[in-house]
Amino acid sequence: MKTVRIPPALRSETDGKREVHAAGATVRELLDDLMSRFPGLRPQLVDEDEIAPFVNVYVEGEDVRTLDGLETEVHDGSTVILLPAMAGGS
Amino acid sequence: MASYRDLLAQVKTEIDEVDVPRAAEILDGPDKPLVVDVRELDEWTQGRIPGAIHIPRGFLESRIEQAAPDRSQPILLYCAGGARSAFGAKTLGELGYESVTSLAGGYTDWKRSGFATELPRTLDAAKRERYSRHILIPEVGEEGQLKLLDAKILLIGAGGLGSPASLYLAAAGVGRLGIVDDDRVDATNLQRQIAHSTETIGEWKADSARRTIEALNPDVDVVTYKERLTSENVDRILADGWDVIVDGADNFPTRYLVNDASVWHDIPVVHGSIYRFEGQVTVFKPHEGPCYRCLFPQPPPPELAPSCAEGGVLGVLPGIVGSLQANEALKLALQIGESLSGRLLLFDALAAEFSEVKLRRDPDCPVCGEHPTITEYIDYVEFCSGRPTHA
Repeated sequence: MKTVRIPPALRSETDGKREVHAAGATVRELLDDLMSRFPGLRPQLVDEDEIAPFVNVYVEGEDVRTLDGLETEVHDGSTVILLPAMAGGS
Repeated sequence: MASYRDLLAQVKTEIDEVDVPRAAEILDGPDKPLVVDVRELDEWTQGRIPGAIHIPRGFLESRIEQAAPDRSQPILLYCAGGARSAFGAKTLGELGYESVTSLAGGYTDWKRSGFATELPRTLDAAKRERYSRHILIPEVGEEGQLKLLDAKILLIGAGGLGSPASLYLAAAGVGRLGIVDDDRVDATNLQRQIAHSTETIGEWKADSARRTIEALNPDVDVVTYKERLTSENVDRILADGWDVIVDGADNFPTRYLVNDASVWHDIPVVHGSIYRFEGQVTVFKPHEGPCYRCLFPQPPPPELAPSCAEGGVLGVLPGIVGSLQANEALKLALQIGESLSGRLLLFDALAAEFSEVKLRRDPDCPVCGEHPTITEYIDYVEFCSGRPTHA
């Protein structure tokens, strides 16, 4: 199992959980597992079978776009961070 | 037992000395040594050899590594008459410095021989007292404090992030602070926006913040822009000469506008954003590190991007994130430390946990990439509206 950190803006889709476990050997499998259990996440994470351009996915602190994208391998014990852009400052 | 004279005579046999004419030749030559004035502060403020740095004899051992990390760096020490610098040269030799000389005759002979001197820029007594806790830090010191007093930092927004950032920058003695904000203080702001107060409800935030800053530190020159940052006014505002931008905006169009303008004007941006219990901080250094568009090429559709006004924010969170922004801005102004350029620091207030992810430049970035496709301001509201901007 891998740990996925859910940012506050997406927690309304994950019953308020800040971390959830997900199964899969790649980012794609992990996100598929996650989105099958929390369908509300889909429009916030993917866009036409790609990671949506306004969200970043990090595996071990690295943006998966600089690795193998959705095919990036995720090892057991790894933490995956989902990071949508947020603009709040006031 | 050796007398002081014996000891000095002994030390002078163990070190290299140069007289004033030879020192003047060396300082005119191509391989200038680091010139260190080891006299006391009151002597230093009366005049120095041009270009010298000041490390009083009593702090020489503890501060020299900061000034000269490389042990092979040639160093010329001087004091008033050549005694303190002789002892200093011996000590630096013991610390492993390979090329240390002491100026025989010292500053007194230098001045008497008619060589150039200069009055160092120094802090007056009131400033030395106000900033004493900065001056005590070797990495800041009087020189660093003078840098801060010369620094010009522009704050985008005087709200949640801008409040703590502006107050700490003002307290630190940043000489000029610009504040861009077109909003007025209302009661809902006061749960977190500590630059404002119950008394200033209804005032422009820029004016309210200015009053608080001036009460905290009259050394700071506050420039207010009571307008929303737009494509039309951004060049005029940035032309006022800012060293660093602290971005505490509350909407995506302004974030992208600040980014594009900062890349074209080559001004580093200390970026902070907050939502509910979480904050993000990083530094965007144009052309050196990634920019905001490298991090987020596109804003989320508005329905997926709730603001603090819609989603709420824990009052202390902007205090933490805005203070981290002030920390980064001060480091940039002082040119010390490791900036957050290339790293995004995430703070989770509920877990009381910091984490960090790596940011990289995108060679295909439309603004800072190798072949930029956006070279002038666009319609940022349209760009962030979620409607397609290009066919």
